[in-house]
Amino acid sequence: MPLARLVLPSFYQDSVKLMRLAREIGKKKGVSEVAALMGTPSNHEILLQAGLAGDSEVEAGPNDLVLAVEADSQALAFEAIEEAKAFLTEARAGAGGASDFSPSSLAGALAAAPESNLAMISIPGAYAAKEAMDALRGGLHVFLFSDNVAVDDEVSLKREAIERGLLLMGPDCGTAYIGGAGLGFTNAVKPGRVGCIAASGTGLQAVASQLDALGEGISHGIGVGGRDLSAEVGGLMTLHALDFLADDPDTEIVALISKPPDAEVLPRIEEALENFDKPHVVCFLGAEKPGWAETLEDAGHAVAATLRGESYEPENFFAQAGLKEKIASLEPGGALDGGGVLGLFSGGTLAHESRLILESLLGDVSWNKDAGRHRILDLGDDRYTVGKPHPMIDPESRAETIAQAATDEGLGVILFDLMLGRSSAQDPAGPLARAIKEARGKDWSPLFAASVVGTAEDPQGMVEQVRILEDAGVVVLPSNAQAARFAAAVVRPELLEGDGS
Amino acid sequence: MKDLRRKPLRVVNLGLEIFADELRDQNVPVTHVRWRPPAGGKPHLLEILEKLEELDR
Repeated sequence: MPLARLVLPSFYQDSVKLMRLAREIGKKKGVSEVAALMGTPSNHEILLQAGLAGDSEVEAGPNDLVLAVEADSQALAFEAIEEAKAFLTEARAGAGGASDFSPSSLAGALAAAPESNLAMISIPGAYAAKEAMDALRGGLHVFLFSDNVAVDDEVSLKREAIERGLLLMGPDCGTAYIGGAGLGFTNAVKPGRVGCIAASGTGLQAVASQLDALGEGISHGIGVGGRDLSAEVGGLMTLHALDFLADDPDTEIVALISKPPDAEVLPRIEEALENFDKPHVVCFLGAEKPGWAETLEDAGHAVAATLRGESYEPENFFAQAGLKEKIASLEPGGALDGGGVLGLFSGGTLAHESRLILESLLGDVSWNKDAGRHRILDLGDDRYTVGKPHPMIDPESRAETIAQAATDEGLGVILFDLMLGRSSAQDPAGPLARAIKEARGKDWSPLFAASVVGTAEDPQGMVEQVRILEDAGVVVLPSNAQAARFAAAVVRPELLEGDGS
Repeated sequence: MKDLRRKPLRVVNLGLEIFADELRDQNVPVTHVRWRPPAGGKPHLLEILEKLEELDR
């Protein structure tokens, strides 16, 4: 098929911008493949595998932009390349205007705005630790979105931050709230009196959004990175964040949300919590202890109840009135009994929570594998995002995965999450709903169950996104945990007879 | 960390421009850095640069 290529030397662009450009150009009639990538070694590999590599890219380096288009005709391919180039050069000219000064280094930014107090860093991991250290040494708190930061670097950065009385959020931190402002992937939640410390992004998003629905707001939401509670890092930033929230007059209660700490680290965290003089709710997904919340939803409810001066007892999902009848009434009736559950997630923490719940109810659940009766795929994991945007930014590839999976007659339920909020896709439900409608129009299809993380104030609109899913025939549950339990009940109806716990 | 309570948030953004846009939408002042890989992204040149910086310090 005709192919056109262009290398723009010294034309660095961020990956989200390039993915959006590729998606837009890809919509042109007659265009079959588009690549817009910086010339890094791994991107050269992607181009090669996609059959889009050419001799001219061999010389392209990490600062050089490679555009490649495959189309029905050579003319169309060249036209698409020209369109992409025009789009990029116009955007660059616009950004370089006198009214919108944009320095080329952290030092330049600090000279221009010396009152800056936080650096957001989302550059490729290989360069991120150095910039983060420079930011800390310049007196800035750091939100480190970049992943692929070595654990040794993480420890050094966190030690430096603590010594300077600064926060180092991350690495691989997707979400934070500081004094009412959302950093990264956040939902439009009210400011309030709940302080959160969370390992990762989507767990914090889920709890903050739920608290918003319960009438509570967030004082600060501090992301500490998925490795903070490992033996190597030793909970450095979790403990530091606890100190910060202990002194914070706006914070009345603290929620701590993470996978379980390493056995070596847990005693340190428990000791700090014993000495913590504000009420707190702990949710270590996968670890049980009296008083700890088992699910993200329980954590949110427990915080709200504590603030009302009440205690919280989770309800038995399987004993709720009308559930059995509801499942029986869903097409195709009871035919899904004995089928498998396939979870296709965009949020890593939500995927992990679903796996834990399904395992406790159905037995073995495979993780990020193609084999197994019940399976969970965290489609935001590195292995699924090579050369592709994260499913929270671009829902199209997950829609394709859903369409393919829906033909598997061994399945009973396809389970998924939908993340709304800032930086997420404008209409995450739309492409998924289209794929689901098409699947449900066939002779056979599994059932679709989902939960939506978001608030009424989010740019996508919670009500509208839920409606789009429901119109497509998706059963939308109020939380991720409930969606997993619902899926389990569909394929194993005897759960409804017992107490299910 | 007390500065985050005393002073309004003011952000320097290195990387995804979408994050700067989202902060501006929330009325948080942001300086977006036109970051690009140092030393043209060439590892051996970067190493030399880093060594020079260490010497400077």
